[in-house]
Amino acid sequence: MIKNQGMLQHFKVLDLTGETGLICGKLLADLGADVIKIEPPAGDDARNIGPFYKNQPYPEASLFWLAYNTNKKSVTLNLEEPAGRALFLKLTKKADMVIESFAPGYLEKINLGYETLKQTKTDIIMVSITPYGQQGPYKDYLADDITAWAMGGYMYPFGDEDRPPIRISYHSQAFLHAGAEAAGAAALAIYHREMTGAGQHVDVSVQECVARVDMTHKWDMLGINLKRGEWLTKQVLKTRYIWPCKDGYIMWNYWIGPAAKLWGTAFSDWIIQEGFADEYYKQIKWAELDGSTEAGLRLIEEVIQRATAPTINFLMSHTKKELIAGALQRNLMLYPLSDTKDIVENAQLHARGFWKQVEHPGLNAEIIYPGAWAICAESPLQPPRRAPYIGEHNHEIYGTELGLTEKQLRQLKDEGII
Amino acid sequence: MTSKTNGILNGVKIADFSWAYVGPLSTKTLADCGAEVIKIEGRSRPDVERASVPPFKDSIFGLNRGGHFNSVNTSKKSLCLNLSRPKAKEIAKRVVKWADIVVENFSGGAMARMGFGYEVLKEIKPDIIMLSSSMQGQTGPDAEKAGFGQHLTSLSGIGNITGWPDRDPAMLGYYTDFIAPHFNILLLVSALLYRRRTGKGMYIDSSQLENGMQFLTPLILDYTVNGRVNGRMGNRAPEKCPHGAFRCLGNDRWCSLAVRNETEWQNLCRVMGNPAWSRDNRFATISLRKQNEDELEKLIESWTIVHSAEEVMYKCQAAGVPAGVLQTGEDLIEKDPQLKSRQFYCNLEHPEVGIHHVPRPPYLFSAVKNQVTRAPLLGEHTEYVLKDLLGLSDEEIAELVVDGALE
Repeated sequence: MIKNQGMLQHFKVLDLTGETGLICGKLLADLGADVIKIEPPAGDDARNIGPFYKNQPYPEASLFWLAYNTNKKSVTLNLEEPAGRALFLKLTKKADMVIESFAPGYLEKINLGYETLKQTKTDIIMVSITPYGQQGPYKDYLADDITAWAMGGYMYPFGDEDRPPIRISYHSQAFLHAGAEAAGAAALAIYHREMTGAGQHVDVSVQECVARVDMTHKWDMLGINLKRGEWLTKQVLKTRYIWPCKDGYIMWNYWIGPAAKLWGTAFSDWIIQEGFADEYYKQIKWAELDGSTEAGLRLIEEVIQRATAPTINFLMSHTKKELIAGALQRNLMLYPLSDTKDIVENAQLHARGFWKQVEHPGLNAEIIYPGAWAICAESPLQPPRRAPYIGEHNHEIYGTELGLTEKQLRQLKDEGII
Repeated sequence: MTSKTNGILNGVKIADFSWAYVGPLSTKTLADCGAEVIKIEGRSRPDVERASVPPFKDSIFGLNRGGHFNSVNTSKKSLCLNLSRPKAKEIAKRVVKWADIVVENFSGGAMARMGFGYEVLKEIKPDIIMLSSSMQGQTGPDAEKAGFGQHLTSLSGIGNITGWPDRDPAMLGYYTDFIAPHFNILLLVSALLYRRRTGKGMYIDSSQLENGMQFLTPLILDYTVNGRVNGRMGNRAPEKCPHGAFRCLGNDRWCSLAVRNETEWQNLCRVMGNPAWSRDNRFATISLRKQNEDELEKLIESWTIVHSAEEVMYKCQAAGVPAGVLQTGEDLIEKDPQLKSRQFYCNLEHPEVGIHHVPRPPYLFSAVKNQVTRAPLLGEHTEYVLKDLLGLSDEEIAELVVDGALE
């Protein structure tokens, strides 16, 4: 009986991706696939992406790189040299899949395109993750995360009306969507090979992965473009969603009509109880408000406007923790805008054993990582194993698995191949 | 001629109890890839996307007219049951017996309370694969806490890092709802592969919060390692400058620019016609440009504002500067030549909505062509499911109608 194996235990993946696709191989590795990150001899470019361990920028200390290469192995290989390419083909023979994020045409140029790999291994699967896909007029466009995000349509509808549209700060949300989506596409391609015996080339577009998030409905249904400030705040009800409190922000919105009885009045009662309500606020009948007419909408706007000051006064007198505890008692959908400290202290995540201590002998440290992203007793996800050092598994992969001798390995090293 | 087979998941059967966004978007991809997905839904308690998520076509409400609903439920079939009736529950269980996969995204524990817990379904179909994709998972103190995508976006920490440093955080909609489906699709296909190898099904407890965390790992490590709590940066990015959205000619038109190194900076200066200010000492190095970024952004905007957003993008791309228009729904569906050439939006004909546009899965398979078909009308396939899939007779169906199990 096979017990407790990873869902993708038997599959071997060669990972040539950079910043655009690192999470793809990580997710496959979390499910048990044997993922080998192939880096240039000097290390992957993405190792230069911050933040860094103790703010020291060096390749083994990139927290971005450490985050998205857990559970992988690393070998170094210079694909620009013929001997490096020959070695890559040897690796390909033993692999099920190659994932890559070079500019379209680069691998063909160095003779490692899908058609070449197919000659080496007929049922190989290649997954390519590029900003705009392998074909089309924009295929050679340069992209950074923000430009792909913008082109996919997730930027235009968000932000304040008096400033430019806004993106999510810090790292690569567009690339992460693409990498995670590519992992699903990779699994689909494996499934196809299991059913038919055929490999194939999968062409993943970052722009499409953002556009699949689909902000187009308003245009498609009404012929009007969704504008910033409209998402939820105007589309459903002109009410505020993000409110300040004593030590940060919370998310809460007023409800009207039947929903008010269910989710809303317990909140206004709370404000009244604590003495923050003026006479106007006390008289508001949330459940009787009706937004189906123009007059009704205008009244709602006025009510919400006049309710704002008491609401803010009340919220500013409480911390996130106090508000959440009170909301829990009253069954209210009030949530904190967590900062990273709140997240790491979140009781729910602790109760589920989400955080994992990972040993980093090279940094002489134990670091807390987010753990498995799903719980499955039959086939558990791998807990995070620290990302590999540059070329950490050269001996294991080239020596033990491919059968190269010490002498050959030394020679490859001297020639700058590995 | 190489002929592409139709649908990788042809023959895979899914009983889909999911509603709202996360579950349906997950099963949409599987349906677009050929799986037969039976959406089990009701008229008295319709999918919230059918009942209350605008926009509806031409702003006329109708359970079959929602833009969101029709986008995330393509290629599926609809079975309409009143699950408060015991006989309807029996029908749902027969669909489970037919299925390979069960998907649901109610709040934690709700499926078990409805009588469809994994232990029950496993009795009906021993190798069933069941995925629960709830907000915070099936276990823990907050498992049953109600909420929507915008709440989870706040809770996950993504809300707090979106917006201007001098202002309150910006609203970001249901953002985490768009993250979770990636993980669900990967889990379900991987579970199918596992079952092929071992003969065994499984229960998967997927938490949208834990999915969302994976997109924040570097920032979480920055806290657990460096003790740093990161705030909001507007559109700027460390080490890159300029980096943001710049106003262009026209009504509320914008183009994003991301200059990552000295070469790209020189390229940008050239595109702008090497204005005198670009040679100013204030902008001579990346660190000076970062120091004087407010000023720099204004000067760059004095160039972008006299060009259309597309022109800014074309000129920058031609010169080797990453640039991308902030595209609207109209840009994406009607104009973008890249998406057109890759046939990203499928033109679907819907009996109540007419022609509308829905994205296919965001990748192309060389060996397979996906077939995306329009979302089902409520109950459109009830008869097909009962007769063709479950083999019920007309008399049995009539009994269900009388009972109120069908609605």
